[in-house]
Amino acid sequence: MDVDVVIVDSGGANLASLGFALERLGARSRVSSDPATIVAAPRVLLPGVGSAGDAMQRLRSAGLDRVLPGLRQPLLGICLGMQLLFERSAEDDAAGLGILPGRVERLQAAPGRPVPHMGWNTLEPCGADPLLQDIPAGEHFYFVHSYAAHPSTTTLATADYGGPVVAVAGRDNFRGVQFHPERSGAAGAKLLANFLRLA
Amino acid sequence: MLARRIVPCLDVRDGQVVKGVRFRDHRVVGDILDLARRYRDEGADELVFYDITASPEGRSVDRAWVSRVAQVLDIPFCVAGGIRSVEDAEQVLNAGAEKISVNTPALADPALIDRLSARFGSQCVVAGIDSETTAQGYRVYQFTGDPNRSRDSGRATLDWVREVQQRGAGEIVLNCMSSDGVRRGYDIEQLAAVRTVCQVPLVASGGAGEPAHFEQVFRVAGVDAALAASVFHSGAIAIPELKQQLRAAGVEVRP
Repeated sequence: MDVDVVIVDSGGANLASLGFALERLGARSRVSSDPATIVAAPRVLLPGVGSAGDAMQRLRSAGLDRVLPGLRQPLLGICLGMQLLFERSAEDDAAGLGILPGRVERLQAAPGRPVPHMGWNTLEPCGADPLLQDIPAGEHFYFVHSYAAHPSTTTLATADYGGPVVAVAGRDNFRGVQFHPERSGAAGAKLLANFLRLA
Repeated sequence: MLARRIVPCLDVRDGQVVKGVRFRDHRVVGDILDLARRYRDEGADELVFYDITASPEGRSVDRAWVSRVAQVLDIPFCVAGGIRSVEDAEQVLNAGAEKISVNTPALADPALIDRLSARFGSQCVVAGIDSETTAQGYRVYQFTGDPNRSRDSGRATLDWVREVQQRGAGEIVLNCMSSDGVRRGYDIEQLAAVRTVCQVPLVASGGAGEPAHFEQVFRVAGVDAALAASVFHSGAIAIPELKQQLRAAGVEVRP
C-alpha cells in the first residue's frame, strides 16, 4: 500500500482523530509499529497519549527506540509524541528518544493557571520553518498537557502559560508539536498540510 | 495567551440532539452532525455530547455517531453518559473522542476515575458533577438524568471536587442544577467557591441566558470554560457575537 505517512502505533487510544484529520486532507495513512514499515515510510507521525514511561516501554518492546532516532524522512511528534523526542521526562522519570536536547518537566499549577494546560493558546514562532509556513504569530492551537519542555535552541515556537513553553521544536528532519493539530481547526489542518509537503 | 472556551453541549437521545428544562420534558432540537458542523463553523471551541438516557436506563452510548462526529469535526469533543468502565471509555476514545466524562458511575465507584486516568491520562478524563444548593450546602446529586431517581449522593460538592482531582480527573464540569435551563445566569457564588479548591480546568454549566452571563462567569468566578445548550440551540445567543462582546470586555477568546 502506497501511503503518504505512517502513524506510529504508540498504543494510545486516540489514533482515530489523527487518521480522520489526514483523511480530510486527502492523505493516505496507515498505523504501524513494524520497524521496516516505519523505515520505509515517506513521512512518520509519532502521536501519543498516556504517560511517557508507558509510551517509551511500548516503543522499546517494538524496537522503535533505536529505529526512530535514525530516521531520515520527516517525522512529526504530537503532544506526548513530541515530549518523547527529548532526552528525559519528569513523567515516570522516563528516558526519552534523545533526538532533541533537554528535559520535559511537570507544569506547576497556580491560581488562574490550572494544570493540565487545556484549551486554545496562541503560537509565537521563534524563526522560519516550513512546518509553520503561512501560520501567523498569534494563531490559536488546541493544547492539552501537564508536562512541557523549556525553550532552547531547538525551539521553533512557544506558547505562553506562566512563561514560555515549547509549542514547536525540531532539528533536521525531526519536529514536534505540543498541541493537537488534528483538533486545532483550520490552523491545525494547515500545519498538517505543511508537514505532508515535507520531503 | 490561553483563551477562555465556549462549549455548546448537545444532549443526545436516540441519535438526536434534545433539550429539556431542568432535565425534564425533552424535545428534539436537531441532527447531531448538522449541529456539530454548525457550532464548529460559528467558532465553538469544543463540544460536549451528553447521552442523557444512557446512564439511568443502564445502557451504553451508541458508538456509531461518535465516529461519524470525529470524521467531520476538527475541534475537540467530549462524550458523556453511560461510561462505566475502562472498556466503555476505550471504545469512545478509539472512535475519535478527545475526552470522556463520568458522573453517576464515578459516585458509585470512585476508583473508576483512578483506572481511567491511569490508562488514558488525566487529560482524557473529565469529572461531571451535578450540584444542588440545599439547606446542607452544596451537595452532589446522582441519577440526575431521570427526575424520578435524581437524589443526593451523600457527598458535599467541595469534598467531591477535591477527591476527583486526587483520583486523576483532568477537568471538572460543574453543573449547578438550580440554575440549569432557566437562563438567569450561572451560579457565580458556587462556581467561585469550587474554583478555590479546583486546580484543574473548571467548566461552568447551567444557567446561561445572555452574553453578560458569560462575561460574569469568566471574570468573577474565574472558570476556564463555559458550557451552554439551549441558548445556542435556539439561536438566542450566536457564538460569533458572544465572542465579540467578550473580547470587547477584555476576556481572551479565540476568534
